[in-house]
Amino acid sequence: MNPIFIDIKEFPQRMQEYKDLKGMDFLRELIGMDWGEEGLGVIYILENSDTHENLEIAIKTTDREHPTLPTVCHLWSVAELYEREVYDFFGIHFTDHPDMRRLFLRNDWVGYPLRKDYDESEAINPVRMESEITEDVQREYEIKEEAELKKINAQTNRISGDQYVINIGPQHPATHGVLRFRLALEGEEIRKIDIHCGYIHRGIEKMSEKLTYPQILGLTDRLDYLSAHQNRHALCMCIEKAMGIEVTDRTQYIRTIMDELQRIDSHLLFLSCAAMDLGAITAFIYGFRDREKILDIFEEVTGGRLIQNYNTIGGVQADITPGFAKKVKEYCEYQKSKIKEYNDVFTNNIITQLRMKGVGRITLDDAISYGCTGGTGRASGWACDVRKRHPYAIYDKVEFKEIIYKRGDCYDRFKVRIDEIKESIHIIEQIIDNIPEGDYKVKTKPIIRIPEGQYTAAVEGSRGEFGVFIESHGEKSPYRIKFRPMGLPLIAAMHKILKGTKIADLIAIGATLDYVIPDIDR
Amino acid sequence: MKKPNIKSIPYEEFKDNETLEALIKEINSERTNVVVGALDDLINWGRSNSMWSLTFATSCCGIEFMSLGAARYDFARFGFEVTRNSPRQADLIMVAGTITHKMAPVLKRLYDQMADPKYVVAVGGCAISGGPFKSSYHVLNGVDKIIPVDVYIPGCPPRPEAILYGMMQLQRKVKIEKFFGGKNHRAKKGEMNNDPIIVTNAPIIDNEKLSKE
Repeated sequence: MNPIFIDIKEFPQRMQEYKDLKGMDFLRELIGMDWGEEGLGVIYILENSDTHENLEIAIKTTDREHPTLPTVCHLWSVAELYEREVYDFFGIHFTDHPDMRRLFLRNDWVGYPLRKDYDESEAINPVRMESEITEDVQREYEIKEEAELKKINAQTNRISGDQYVINIGPQHPATHGVLRFRLALEGEEIRKIDIHCGYIHRGIEKMSEKLTYPQILGLTDRLDYLSAHQNRHALCMCIEKAMGIEVTDRTQYIRTIMDELQRIDSHLLFLSCAAMDLGAITAFIYGFRDREKILDIFEEVTGGRLIQNYNTIGGVQADITPGFAKKVKEYCEYQKSKIKEYNDVFTNNIITQLRMKGVGRITLDDAISYGCTGGTGRASGWACDVRKRHPYAIYDKVEFKEIIYKRGDCYDRFKVRIDEIKESIHIIEQIIDNIPEGDYKVKTKPIIRIPEGQYTAAVEGSRGEFGVFIESHGEKSPYRIKFRPMGLPLIAAMHKILKGTKIADLIAIGATLDYVIPDIDR
Repeated sequence: MKKPNIKSIPYEEFKDNETLEALIKEINSERTNVVVGALDDLINWGRSNSMWSLTFATSCCGIEFMSLGAARYDFARFGFEVTRNSPRQADLIMVAGTITHKMAPVLKRLYDQMADPKYVVAVGGCAISGGPFKSSYHVLNGVDKIIPVDVYIPGCPPRPEAILYGMMQLQRKVKIEKFFGGKNHRAKKGEMNNDPIIVTNAPIIDNEKLSKE
């Protein structure tokens, strides 16, 4: 990967041109960087959603005291949260950004953790036991001539005092983890929504900078634990690509089967939880009953139930067990017969249909602008499957349909996932009988070093595109590693979806967007 | 000595019986009235077989907790099936997952909101010590730094069977407790920092004042 560096002055106009003239309407990644002496910067990875052509842009500033860069959030809506993340980690201000404040860390956090000169000592940032004060005030900044930022004014622009505010989370069963919403209501209608993330921010990206590559592998499983295989697959693929390791065909087949099993597992859990959020306990029990069968297969092959630690650099940890193919085939037959049962018990229920149909619509343009990949994007009619866009493993050799719906409401998002279970079974059935003989792992050097440069890889996770970006300086550990969260774009879009809907629909919308909080917060 | 009995698992098969016996000794150091002791047993029998937990899950361990509630592991067999979403109605808090700096005051506040007698179960490596994220700048290294923990369940994440075993250990602890007279084993004031956390409302910011600044 070789990003083109653009001068700050030309930057806004050039980005506008890329979007309008070249059709780069999908912002895949926005990566904050600290290049030490050379300054702070941002790398943008853009994609044309029709031709799938990629473009890498970079921008940097040498001012470490008050770094300011122009915003792109008027071009790609998802940049609003991405830029807040960069501000949180690197302290880069984005001019004209409507809501520049920290995204993950507390307001009173001292320093910017992903900067290279950040001091991690406990004395500076102890565990603060007093509640965080939620500020409803947006500060405006002015750039003076000597490029110094000055606070000039403060105005309430988030949620003003006369609105009725409801706080949901961080400890709430419908947020699927520890996410916090502040909703401003008018009657039953939602007027404004303010999302607070970071309650499970573990600083994986910073930790990785001190760990060796095989050590980092362990952390990816814990990002989105329902796409553990896919996450790890992405990181292994990125490292293999950088080191020029060719994995065997057998590995590719095993990885593909495991990825698809994991996807079924995740979608079954999605179905169970969506059903339970809407009050249907029976469907929850059904989903978990069938999910256990996949976990049994995982356990037999990998030794782990939920977190498997299976992929490794150059292959997989252990060969598949002798009875693996038989078990998987049995499972596929079983699962096919059960999908009808879910539809009978839950999907075709009139209450489910009324609560989901026409609720929480995302238009195609919004889905692309917010970068909502995965089932959410496909429900809005966007063909965003990485398996089709940028095929990896053996996805170009198997035949499968990309499930696309048009309406983009909760019901479509739900249906996409049910149909994807069928497609995943279809993929597995094509390849389970002809796993080639060979090594399950190629020998690698005992110490893994990646040659200098920047590398990316992406896989289709259970709920969207999961990307890995590594900048290496030839050391044992990466200089910077960035994971593209699958859930953050979904959270960003919530603001748009929820405006004007009833508060009771928040549950259905949240459930069908299918985010996993540890993946958002990293 | 009174020994807590769990149906179909012999007392000897449990691990760490020494700690429990030391606890029994401490609680029974003063003599007990027969009538009152029998009442205690009755109450404890009821309480230990209906442990209501707060649904508090931050990451992976929470999914294993959900598996526990589903058909295969079915914790309803032991009386744990009622999960409460409000801390006011919960008997125990199962800390399933990593606790970060931002989450720590929230966890403490939830614990403070629960009514006595209350119990804490630390599930998984992260809740016990920080686990794989021990060296992170934003992770609390063990929930026992902020709230007293009754049972630790190791694993990353622990298998559902392990969680069931941990819950049985907690049942045994509940079964030996005393309500009427005598010592109770709960942490006393001063032993653990039990001061409630300060809850601040959002400040009302005077725009005029700020613009003058």
